[in-house]
Order: sequence, then structure tokens, then C-alpha cells
Amino acid sequence: MSTAYPATWRKPPQLIRSTRWRYAVQLGIALYLAMALGTIEVDWSRVAEGLARGQRFAAGFLQPDFTSRWTDISRGLIESLTMTLTSTVVGVLISVPIGIGAAANLVPAPVYYVCRGIIAVSRALQEVIIAIFLVAMFGFGPFAGFLTLSFATIGFLAKLLADDIEEIEPGQVEAVRATGASWAQLVDYAVQPQVMPRLIGLSLYRLDINFRESAVIGIVGAGGIGATLNTAIDRYEYDSAGAILLLIIGIVMIAEYGSSYLRKFLQ
Amino acid sequence: MTAAPYSEIWHRRTPRARLVRWMGWLCLVALFVWCWQVMTETTIWAFVTDAPRQAADIGGRMWPLEWGYVPELLLPLWDTINIATLGTLGGVAMAFPIAFLAARNTTPSAMVLRPVALFIIVASRSINALIWALLLVAIIGPGLLAGIVAIALRSIGFVGKLLYEAIEETDARQIEAVAATGASGPQVLNYGILPQIMPAFWGISVFRWDINIRESTILGLVGAGGIGLKLNASINTLAWDEVAVILLLILGTVVASEWVSARLRRAII
Repeated sequence: MSTAYPATWRKPPQLIRSTRWRYAVQLGIALYLAMALGTIEVDWSRVAEGLARGQRFAAGFLQPDFTSRWTDISRGLIESLTMTLTSTVVGVLISVPIGIGAAANLVPAPVYYVCRGIIAVSRALQEVIIAIFLVAMFGFGPFAGFLTLSFATIGFLAKLLADDIEEIEPGQVEAVRATGASWAQLVDYAVQPQVMPRLIGLSLYRLDINFRESAVIGIVGAGGIGATLNTAIDRYEYDSAGAILLLIIGIVMIAEYGSSYLRKFLQ
Repeated sequence: MTAAPYSEIWHRRTPRARLVRWMGWLCLVALFVWCWQVMTETTIWAFVTDAPRQAADIGGRMWPLEWGYVPELLLPLWDTINIATLGTLGGVAMAFPIAFLAARNTTPSAMVLRPVALFIIVASRSINALIWALLLVAIIGPGLLAGIVAIALRSIGFVGKLLYEAIEETDARQIEAVAATGASGPQVLNYGILPQIMPAFWGISVFRWDINIRESTILGLVGAGGIGLKLNASINTLAWDEVAVILLLILGTVVASEWVSARLRRAII
């Protein structure tokens, strides 16, 4: 007696095994898509009109004009680059103590909760929103951008540093503690050597992110290349805008390759 | 027998290594000071010293919160969520083939298509969604569509990069086993590679959706629809009590989306 096995094989479903649930989820997704797509109002005549402008932009991207606005572009670039470096340095300096304070294996609970709170606040807010407030308080210009990026760096770096410290080898800490080391010596000789390579890598990565963000916060008035880009687009000077975008892409690529090379060299 | 003159004190590094390190730090500090001076050349310090008073002023105007504004915000919030979701869908759909072109083990031509795919990924990654939105609002006009396309274009780089790394890390033996059965190219892709990268793919997509919710809340600042439009309007009229309500709502949405994405990712992986 043989049971009739199916002659062909079908791939088993990967996510949801129950057929009924699978149909329900698919139906839900279709329903959502229908509702979401229904809310989009597209003015097709405006789009058609804009396509000509899009072509001009693509042409500007292929034939970028670096020269006619070069003084503005170079000023924006210098502002962005200096803002990036200073904010990363200051951000790292502030986030190291906060990161140590947010590591549960090094500090008492009250300090831990305060430092994790600072990190949560810094991470929850978008850079652009922080920039709006800081520009309102400190006036237009790269100083507000510097403060924004420093603040954003704290949330990123302190969290990753704290997570890293919490995962260190406890044996080394115990060995150093057994020699009678104080808390500061413990951090310096048992924790620091274990997390330093990663901290350097993260700082370089953050440098990269801060440059990218510096191009954005200029749109709300915090100085840098973003302000120049915004002006160029507002004036419909797509060849200058193309040049600025190419410069941003180029610098980000250099920063990415440079930082990965530097990280390999340092470790 | 004379003992070599060892130092009584232990040092972690040789004098030479210490010197190099100090020089490195010195260079960094010098660079920092120089950058600081260049950056603050045009800073008006009167505004900076005035900041605490400004902060207190803005804080004072935020209170009491304008809760009556919330019902008006629900539709823009729905728009924001749609921008993020539809943008993620579009971005993932475009990133999927690009990732296969960029991965070393699946690319059809390492000389031509792979560098092109890598350039698309880098270009999309280095330009923020807000800049994409700025361009698209100028090209296709203000509205949801510009926001959706901006989010999609920005997502290509992120999803594409993580996905092509996942493809390169697939187990070659499984692919070889499928190929050994006489499977064609698409069949190898479907039965050898796809099952290996699907968990990573869903995880990356959900993660990107979570990031996109955050990013889409501010796209309205340049006219690309969503709750950012309301934020911009309130900031321009200096209605700080409304701004505070909007920010709280954004914060709530971000926390909720983070929770959803964490739950989904745990269920998938």
C-alpha cells in the first residue's frame, strides 16, 4: 500500500506557516496599500511641467558648474568641514564620560539611569529638529550647527561605547582589581585597552556621519554646505547644485575609504 | 655580574611609542584649535551669550501645551506614516536588483555593472533624504509624492549596501549543491541564494522602515508633505506651544515605530 505523495516539490513558506494567517496578512497589506495610495494626490500637469526641470537638473549634474559660485561653495565647504571636525572632537570628549557612566558594570544604578536618560533624549530627536531650536537660540551660522552635531554625536557614541563596555572580558577587570587598583586605574588599565580600537573606529564613523548631516542642517540655517545648496536650488541654478552634490558625494567617498583604511592601520 | 639598569616603574609603552602617540594627539589638538578659529570667525558672540535667555523665553512660550491642536495633526501624521511605508517599499524594490548587481558573487559583469551599482549605492547613501526632498520638490512639486520618492531614493543605498553584504556572505556550498542538480541561473538564485538572504532582507527592510518614519517627520520642512509641514507652519508663526505638541507627537510616533520594528525583527530572525 502506498500513499499518493505529490510529484512536485514546493518551497515551504518562510515567514508565516499557517495558511489562514498568511491570507489575512496579505489581505491586510493590500487593504493598507489601497488606502495609502488613495491619499496621494498627484498633480500630473505639475509633474509633467517639472520633468523639464528634472532634465535640466540631470544636465546640471552631468555638466556641473564649479566656477561661477566657487566663493560661496568653498565657504560652505570650509564651514561644513570645520564644523564636522570640531563637533566630532567635542562630541567624543563629552560622550566618553557619559558612555562610561551608562555602562552597568562600572557604575552604581543612579548614575547609570541618568546617563542612559541623556543618551535616550539625544537619540530620540532628529538633528534637524535640534538644529531648528539651536538656531533660534544661538542665531544663524555654523556655531549652531556645531552644537547640533555635538549633541547628536553624544547619543550615538555614548550608547555604542556603553554597550561595548558592558560586553568586555570580566576576567581582565578582575585581574586588575585584584592588584588593588583604584576605580580610575581600573578604567584606564582594564577597560580602556579593550574598548579603545572600537572607540576610534566609531569616532571615525561618526566623523563621516557628521559631515553628511552638516550638509542637511544648513537647510534650516545652521551654516555649512547645506545652506549653499539650498540657495542654489532656490535660484534654480541646477549646475551649481549638481557641483555641490558631486562634492558632497566625493568627500563622503574619500571619508569612507580613508576611515576604513585608517581603522585597519590603527588596529 | 651587573644587573641591567631596568626601570623600577612599569610603563605600558616604549618611550618611542609614547612620543609618537603624543605627537598624534598634539596634531589633533592643533587641528581642532585651527578649525575652531576658522569656524567661529563669523560667529556673533552676543547671540551666543544671549542663548540662555532665549531658551528660557522659548520654554516659557511652550507652556501651556496647545492640546486642542492634536485632532488637526492626525491626518498629517497618517500622511507621514504613508510616506515612510510607501517610500520604504519603493526603495526596497529598487535596492533588491541593485544589490545583486553589486555583490561580487552574483554580479553579471564585475567590470561595468558592479562599479555602477556601487556608485548608485554610495550616491544614495551620501545624500540625505531632506536634500533629495529639496530637489524633488523643485522638480515634481510639493506634496506626498516628492516625500515618497525622496525616502525611496535614500533607502536604496542603505538597503542595497546591507543586502549585497549579506549576499556576499552566503554559503557557497548550498549554491553549488543547487547548481549541481542542473539548475538554471534563475533557479540557483531562487533556491540557492534567496532562502539564505531572506531573513536578512526582512530584517533590513523593517529596520529601514523604522529609520524612515523618523526621517519622514521632517520632510515637510522643505514642502514634501506630512507632519513636517505643520511643524514648519508653527515655527514660522512662532507658535511654540503648537511646536511642543507636534514634537511630542513625533516623539511618540518614533518610539512606537521603534517598538513595532523591534518586535517584527525578533519575530523574523
